[in-house]
Amino acid sequence: MNEKLYLEDEENLGTQTEENYEQVYCRPNTLTDVPFHYCPGCGHSVVHKVLMEVVEEIGIQEEIIGVAPVGCSVFAYHYMNIDMQEAAHGRASAVATGIKRVLPEKYVFSYQGDGDLAAIGTAETIHTVNRGENILMVFINNGIYGMTGGQMAPTTLPGMVTSTSPYGRDVSMVGNPIKIADLLCLLPGAYYVTRQAVHNPNAVRKLKKAFMKAFEYQKQKKGTCFIEVVSNCPSGWKMTPVETIKYLEEKMFPAYPLGDLKVPKN
Amino acid sequence: MVKGTIKIDAKICKGCELCIIACPQNALALSPNFNDKGYRYVELISNVCTGCANCALVCPEAGITVYREPKPAKKPQVKVE
Repeated sequence: MNEKLYLEDEENLGTQTEENYEQVYCRPNTLTDVPFHYCPGCGHSVVHKVLMEVVEEIGIQEEIIGVAPVGCSVFAYHYMNIDMQEAAHGRASAVATGIKRVLPEKYVFSYQGDGDLAAIGTAETIHTVNRGENILMVFINNGIYGMTGGQMAPTTLPGMVTSTSPYGRDVSMVGNPIKIADLLCLLPGAYYVTRQAVHNPNAVRKLKKAFMKAFEYQKQKKGTCFIEVVSNCPSGWKMTPVETIKYLEEKMFPAYPLGDLKVPKN
Repeated sequence: MVKGTIKIDAKICKGCELCIIACPQNALALSPNFNDKGYRYVELISNVCTGCANCALVCPEAGITVYREPKPAKKPQVKVE
């Protein structure tokens, strides 16, 4: 009975799509046709997609330059159909500074993970924001070194099991997780600091709005915009993608509360 | 209820199931078949889709295209004027 129903539906859907229905959502043209190399359910590719949607909507594909990091997103330039530059490990914000100073009329963003931005590149990150460089910094925080096999990162939660903390992160030994976004709020150069997520459709819509705002502020030359995205790592956390969403809601969001941390004063 | 439908690119689907839990109509499910990469891909299993695009927003592979029936034209108001 059911099988027959589905077959009829499929036939109907095919004809309706081509004749009557209008397209309301599709893969942005600013993404290349290369399939993502990320693990199933990874938040990286959602952020790539949303970023490129915003670029397409504002119409700045010709005027934007991205800086790719070292980490899982090292091949970001394969997927984003824009001008991109690869940076040394942790130095994406420094490279983005240089690009912005040479080409001040271009939109510039750096895209980094937590091992890149919060560990090896902490100095570059803090000084770039302190100088108030007019760039957008995208920070993907999944609490783990995903690319190298799930080792403990500075952002790993207390008690979280990783391959280098098999009994859970011991706070007395290695300290507490570093909250980079909260830290950067204190610096006068930071104009807009926000923490977003990509775990459900609503969060993705909010992230898109945050990107829109950030590019608008960059156009007005206001200062550094910093967008942290709390993401998942199904392979590194040793969970299915659906389980990572639960883990995000139960453990990650209490430690990294979502929302705007520093908004411009009007 | 607005009617819609989606097209899923089964070649690039990795079967992460995030769209399945995002769908408010429970209209998606994993296929029993596998694609070229060896993943079970996602399929539309009923015609209750409203074209809300939630699945497409959370799809990490950007492999879902959403279609929706056009809004009815406001004919009566135009004629009165």
